[in-house]
Amino acid sequence: MFKNFMSWIEYRMPFMEKMNLHVMQYPAPKNFNFWYFFGSLAMLVLVNQILTGIWLTMNFVPTAEGAFASVEYIMRDVDYGWLLRYMHSTGASAFFVVVYLHMLRGMMYGSYQKPRELLWIFGMLIFLVLMAEAFMGYLLPWGQMSFWGAQVIISIFGVIPVIGDDLTLWIRGDYVISGATLNRFFALHVIALPLVLVVLVFLHIIALHEVGSNNPDGIDVKRENTGEKIEDNVSDKFTFHQYFTKGGKKIIVDAIPFHPYYTVKDIVGVVGFLFIFCWVIFFAPEGGGFFLEPPNFEPANPMKTPDHIAPVWYFTPFYAILRAVPDQLFGAIFMFLAIIFLALLPWLDRCPVRSVRYRSNLHKANLTMFCISFVVLGVLGVLPATPTYTLLAQIFSFTYFAYFGLLWFYSKNEKTKPLPVRLS
Amino acid sequence: MSNAPVDHGRRRFLTIATSVVGGVGAIGAAVPFIASWNPSEKAKQAGAAVTADISKLEDGQLIRVEWRGKPVWIVKRTPAMLESLTKSVDKLRDPASEEPQQPDYAKNDHRSKKPEIFVAVGICTHLGCSPTYLMKDFDAQVEGIPSGFFCPCHGSTYDMAGRVFSGVPAPKNLMIPPYMFVDDTTILIGEDEGTA
Repeated sequence: MFKNFMSWIEYRMPFMEKMNLHVMQYPAPKNFNFWYFFGSLAMLVLVNQILTGIWLTMNFVPTAEGAFASVEYIMRDVDYGWLLRYMHSTGASAFFVVVYLHMLRGMMYGSYQKPRELLWIFGMLIFLVLMAEAFMGYLLPWGQMSFWGAQVIISIFGVIPVIGDDLTLWIRGDYVISGATLNRFFALHVIALPLVLVVLVFLHIIALHEVGSNNPDGIDVKRENTGEKIEDNVSDKFTFHQYFTKGGKKIIVDAIPFHPYYTVKDIVGVVGFLFIFCWVIFFAPEGGGFFLEPPNFEPANPMKTPDHIAPVWYFTPFYAILRAVPDQLFGAIFMFLAIIFLALLPWLDRCPVRSVRYRSNLHKANLTMFCISFVVLGVLGVLPATPTYTLLAQIFSFTYFAYFGLLWFYSKNEKTKPLPVRLS
Repeated sequence: MSNAPVDHGRRRFLTIATSVVGGVGAIGAAVPFIASWNPSEKAKQAGAAVTADISKLEDGQLIRVEWRGKPVWIVKRTPAMLESLTKSVDKLRDPASEEPQQPDYAKNDHRSKKPEIFVAVGICTHLGCSPTYLMKDFDAQVEGIPSGFFCPCHGSTYDMAGRVFSGVPAPKNLMIPPYMFVDDTTILIGEDEGTA
């Protein structure tokens, strides 16, 4: 009976076929480690954001007069409103934590290299949309930092020559940030950008499954089938979708099916993640003033500038670069370039070896320095701009960009270690 | 299906022509979506420039006009007040108006178009109170400077060009709005030659 029903479905819509292709018979390298948790965790957080976000819209009032009060109403009067709101606000920070770690994974193991360039580009687009989504979401509670943070970020568009002023006017829909701005940011935050985000995530996964997952060793698990027998190949025990074996032309080495092996492994990651996530929600939902900034507990007041305007922590590395450059226009350009250079990594890195495990010490040092620069810039972006901090921000902005320049320079003739034949 | 031979030139022409017409249609359809983001008529009304008659302004007198919900001051400075601007320079936080708190034409010693007519948004840059104009008794606040602006909320002080003194809570000079002289006695606040 059930079997008949399933085949009735299958004949009209290839449900099992696609599940096999992408889940049950998808070959994933057997050596995924800790760093491979963050892709699935990002999806978990996306679901959390969408779900809690929908519930928040049920009580949120997107007007300058009503927004702040409606958030307080959700916090105090709606049953479990505080939980839904903290899940959403903590989720925003968690999203950037897992996405930054996911990106670092890609950089460590060269997952952006050929043939995964487009996969990386889709990832960068997701990152850009995510930043826009977070920025617009932060305006909605209509607190002091919502208002003034948006003021600072929208004014960045004002430095564009000729069209700058008209552009900021067009973005705000008013001469100052007003209810008009709030209302359109609400529309973009709850409908437009989430739709784009979901489509981009879909494309990211389709592109991933086309080229196959990279792994910590950075060598391929799909090889030309020469007919030669491969010893101790765990993949022999499993059936993989013929799409990946190309009817026997390819042989799969050292890979295991995504389900059940990595679905189970990812559940372990999810449990670990939820421990930390729930601890934050219940015991430190403001994230020490970094997830929800103290001035944001005061309603937006255009007449009163907070003493110190700092964006939320996940924007601060880029904000520090913006402030480090004395000229406003060039500051904005460099901030933009900081992201563009990441997107160009597949073409800047000319080394045939992917994984940091088998690359030169110079590359390891360079990548370490990049991570240090990113973290230090993040810290500096939170602090007020004093001459000392500005100088530090300039030094670390330089080392941030130096990563890309050096990488391009040395990667062509890099002294790499011999690659293993099989996954370790 | 007809068996007539395929005319590739005709087919290419029709494909391109259809694409171009469709593209123009798509651009046309985008216009309302993009234009709806501009400030609405209501917002434009509320943000429109205001005119002020300064023909009856006496030496040293300050008048207020409201622009976008904020008080805008127009002061006719006396020669003595203009002279005092040079005396305050070393006590100021930003004497050369480096912070972008004014249009380019007001980035000068007197922070105005005409030296004697001073226009500024009368909102303290600290926490948004409106400072008091002290025409004669300002030296009680800053020694040796006879007139200036004093914010009663937290004691911030500004000279007669709206430049903030150092050592007070306010971080920046007073904001100078865009403005233009329509004629010798009429001033338009909120619009200048550049934006008109």
